[in-house]
Amino acid sequence: MRHIFVTILVALSSFAHAAVDTRLLTQLAAEDSDEKIIAIQKIAQSAEPDAKSILQSLADGNLNDPDGQPITINNRVRREIDGALAVLKLFDPSAVVRLNSVKEISTNVDASMAPMLRKAIAQESDVKVKALLVEVYALATLKDPDKDIRLAAVTALATSADPNNKSVLFEMSKPENEAETAVRMAAFRSYLQVKQRQTVVENVGRVFSGLSLASILLLAAMGLAITYGVMGVINMAHGELLMIGAYATFGVQSIFRTFFPAQLDWYVPVAIPVAFLAAAAVGVVLERTVIRWLYGRPLETLLATWGLSLILIQAARLIFGAQNVELANPSWMTGGVEVMPGIVLPLNRIFIIGFSLFVLTLVWVLMNKTRLGMFVRAVTQNRGMAGCVGVPTARIDTVAFALGAGIAGLGGVALSQIANVGPDMGQGYIVDSFMVVVLGGVGQLAGAVWAALGLGVATKFIEAGAGAVVAKILVLVFIIIFIQKRPQGLFALKGRFVES
Amino acid sequence: MRRPFIVRFFSATPKAGWQALAIFTTFALLVVPLLHLAVPETSVFHVSSYAITLIGKIMCFAIVGVAMDLIWGYAGILSLGHGLFFALGGYAFGMYLMRQIGRDGSYQSDLPDFMVFLDWKQLPWYWTGSDSIWWAAVLVLTVPALVALVFGFFAFRSRIKGVYFSIITQAMTFAAMLYFFRNETGFGGNNGFTDFKRIAGYSITSPEMRVTLFALSAAMLMATLVLCRYVVSSKFGRVLMAIRDAESRVMFLGYNPLHYKLAAWTLSAFLCGIAGALYVPQVGIINPGEMSPANSIEIAIWVAVGGRATLVGPVIGAFIVNLSKSFFTQAFPEYWLFFLGALFVGVTLWLPQGVVGLWSQWREKRANALAIAPADAAVEPGAAK
Repeated sequence: MRHIFVTILVALSSFAHAAVDTRLLTQLAAEDSDEKIIAIQKIAQSAEPDAKSILQSLADGNLNDPDGQPITINNRVRREIDGALAVLKLFDPSAVVRLNSVKEISTNVDASMAPMLRKAIAQESDVKVKALLVEVYALATLKDPDKDIRLAAVTALATSADPNNKSVLFEMSKPENEAETAVRMAAFRSYLQVKQRQTVVENVGRVFSGLSLASILLLAAMGLAITYGVMGVINMAHGELLMIGAYATFGVQSIFRTFFPAQLDWYVPVAIPVAFLAAAAVGVVLERTVIRWLYGRPLETLLATWGLSLILIQAARLIFGAQNVELANPSWMTGGVEVMPGIVLPLNRIFIIGFSLFVLTLVWVLMNKTRLGMFVRAVTQNRGMAGCVGVPTARIDTVAFALGAGIAGLGGVALSQIANVGPDMGQGYIVDSFMVVVLGGVGQLAGAVWAALGLGVATKFIEAGAGAVVAKILVLVFIIIFIQKRPQGLFALKGRFVES
Repeated sequence: MRRPFIVRFFSATPKAGWQALAIFTTFALLVVPLLHLAVPETSVFHVSSYAITLIGKIMCFAIVGVAMDLIWGYAGILSLGHGLFFALGGYAFGMYLMRQIGRDGSYQSDLPDFMVFLDWKQLPWYWTGSDSIWWAAVLVLTVPALVALVFGFFAFRSRIKGVYFSIITQAMTFAAMLYFFRNETGFGGNNGFTDFKRIAGYSITSPEMRVTLFALSAAMLMATLVLCRYVVSSKFGRVLMAIRDAESRVMFLGYNPLHYKLAAWTLSAFLCGIAGALYVPQVGIINPGEMSPANSIEIAIWVAVGGRATLVGPVIGAFIVNLSKSFFTQAFPEYWLFFLGALFVGVTLWLPQGVVGLWSQWREKRANALAIAPADAAVEPGAAK
C-alpha cells in the first residue's frame, strides 16, 4: 500500500519550499465535484513542483482525505485531472515533453490557462517551445477584457504556422466578434500574414513532392533516353526492369533478414549494386536474344518488347506471387526533417532525391568524360559514321542497353522505398517515363532532367488544384500540344539530319 | 477511260475473294443461325450460344483488326490507341442500352442505376436523346471518327510519326481511360455500363437477338473487308502505301501526306467505333478497362499474327489470338501471358509477314518448283541463258 496521506503531506508541505497551498489540498477532499474541480485547476495553475505528483496520485486513487479514506472521483473530475496533468507537463524538465504538452494544449485552449501559460513562458528556456507557448498564450488571451492584451495577442499570432489560427484571426477581424477597431485591423493584418505564410508552406511542400516524383521519373527515363537515343528502340519492357530492380532489393532484404538480422538497416546500400547488375543482366539477355534482331524496325521492336514485358510480369507473378511483397524502410530512412514549422520532409523521399542526383552525376560523368560515353554519343548522333571511324557499334548497343536497364534497376531500388513492390508496378511508370523522353528530346540527359522536373512539379501543383486524375490528363494533353510546337522535344540534337 | 465508281468498287475485290465472301455469307447468315435456332440442343450439329457469342465477339475484333491494318499495314502508322475508338463506339451504343433498361434496373428508377447510386437527379446534357436508337447510331458513327479526326489532325500536321506517334496514341487512350474511370464523367466510372435488358424492345438475351447480332457482325465484317479492299486498291490507297514507304518522296511529288493519313486514320477509327457498338450488346458490358493500353497493343498483335498489308490477315489473326485466349484462360490461366508474350516476340522475329505471309511463301516455293520441273524437261536453246 503506497497511499499518501494528505495529513502527512500537509505536514511535510509546510516545510517544503514553494509547495501546493494546503488549503487546496483539503478542498480536494470536498464532497462537491465542483469544489474539487476548482481545487484541481488552482493546483495546476500554481505549477508548484509537487502539483504533478499530487494530481497523479489523485487520479490513481492513491490520495486520502484527512480521515484516511481514499478520495473518490467521478469521470468529470477525472477529465479535469487529465487536462491539468497535461498542463503541468509544461514544466517538465524534458524539452520534448514540454513541446508535446504545448501542442496538446493548443488544440483546446481557454482563457483560464492564461496565468499558467504566462508563468511557463517566463520559465521556458527552449526557443522552439517558447515560440509555441507565446502562440498558445495569445490564443488564450484573445477574449481578454483588456483591449491592449487582445491587441498583443492578435499581433503575436501573426507568426503562427497553424492553419487553424488563420480562421481564428479572420473571425476576430469581424465587427460582430471584436468591438475595438484597432484590434480588428491588427487581426486582419495578422490574418493576411498567416495566410501568406501558409501559401508558402503549401508551395514548398508541393515543390518537394514534385521533386521526389521528378527523381523517380528521372531514374525511369534516363535509361529509356539512353536506349532510345542510341538504338531508336522504344523499350516497352523498361518498366519491368524497374520491377526487377525492386524485386532484387526485396531479395537482398530477405537475405539480410535471414542471415544478418543485426545489420538489416544496411540492406539498401547492398541492394544498389545488386539491383543494377540484376537488371543489367536481364537487359543484356533481352538485347542479345530479341532486340538485336530487330534493328531498324522500331515499330516491331516496340511490339516485341511489349511481349517481353508480359512474360516478365507473369514470371514475377509465378515466382513471387501476385501479391505485393513487403519491404521495410531502414530505420535511418524513416521519419522526417522539419525544415519550417508545418513542413516535414520524409527522409525516404529525401534519400530518393539525393540518390537520383547521385545516379545522374554518375551517368553524366560516364557519358561525357569516358571513352565509352563518347562512343555511345557518337552512335546516338550518327551510327553509320561512328561505325566508319571504328566504333564497335554492335557492342556499344549491348553496353548501352545494359546501362539503360541497370539504371532502371536503380530506379527500382528507389521505388521500393516509397511504393508497393508487385508484378505490375512497372506498368504505372512506363507511360510517364515515355512522356519525359518525348518532352525532353532524344538522347539528351539535360532534356530528360528538365522534362522530369517540369512534369513532376507541374503534376503535383495541378493535383493540388484539380485532383490526381485531372492532373494526369492535363499533363498528357499539354504534352500532345507541346509536341505540336517542338516535335523534337525540349532539347533537340543540333545538326543536319535527313529523316530516313 | 475512267470506269464508273460502282464497277471499280466491286472489281477491287477479286473473283476468289467474292467466292470466299459468298461462302462466308451463307454460313454466317444462314447455316449458323439455323443450326442455333432450329436444331435441338441435344443434336451434335447444334451451335451453342457460347460459340455464337464467342464467334460474334471475335468478328467484332476482326473488324478492328482490319481497321488497324488499314492504318498500320498500308499507311505504316502503328496506333496503340485503337482501343479508345472501339470503346467510344461501345459507350455510345451502351448509353442507348442503358436507357433501354428503363425502370427494370435495380433501383426501379428512370435514371441508369449508377446515376441513382451517385445521387444524380437528372440525366447530364450529353445523355440527351440517348433513348433513341437512331441518335445512338449517329453517335456511334460520328464520335470515334470525330475524336480521331481532331487528334489525327494535330498529330499528323506536326508530322509526328513512327514510335513517337505510337507513344502519343498510347498516352491518349491512357488519359481517356483515367477520365472514364471517374464517376463525375457520367459513364458509370469503374463499373461502366452493364446489366442490359433489351434492344429496341426485344430481349437482349433471346436466341433470336443473339443470332441477329451475330449476323450483323458478320455482315459488317464483310462490308469492312470489301470497303477496305476498294480503298487500298484505289489511287488513294496507292498514295497511302507510297507514304508508308517514302513519305518525303511523296511530298516532293506534290502530295500532302496529311490529307491521306488523316483520311485513313479517321476511316479506321470509324470502323472501330462500329465494331465497338456491335461488341457491347454481345458481351453485355463496357467499362474503361477496354481503353487500357494493353488492350490496344493486343489489336496490333492480331494484325501482326495474321499478316500486315493483307486484309484477310487481321481476320485470321484475330481468330487465332482470341481463340487461343479463350482456350488458355480456361485451361492454363497462368500461362496465357507467357503465350501472348511469346507470340509478340515470335511473330516479330520470325513471322514478319504473319500467317498469310507463310502461306504465300509456301505457294511461291511450290510455284517455283513446278516452274523449274518442266524447264528441266525441255531445254530450249537460248532460253537457258
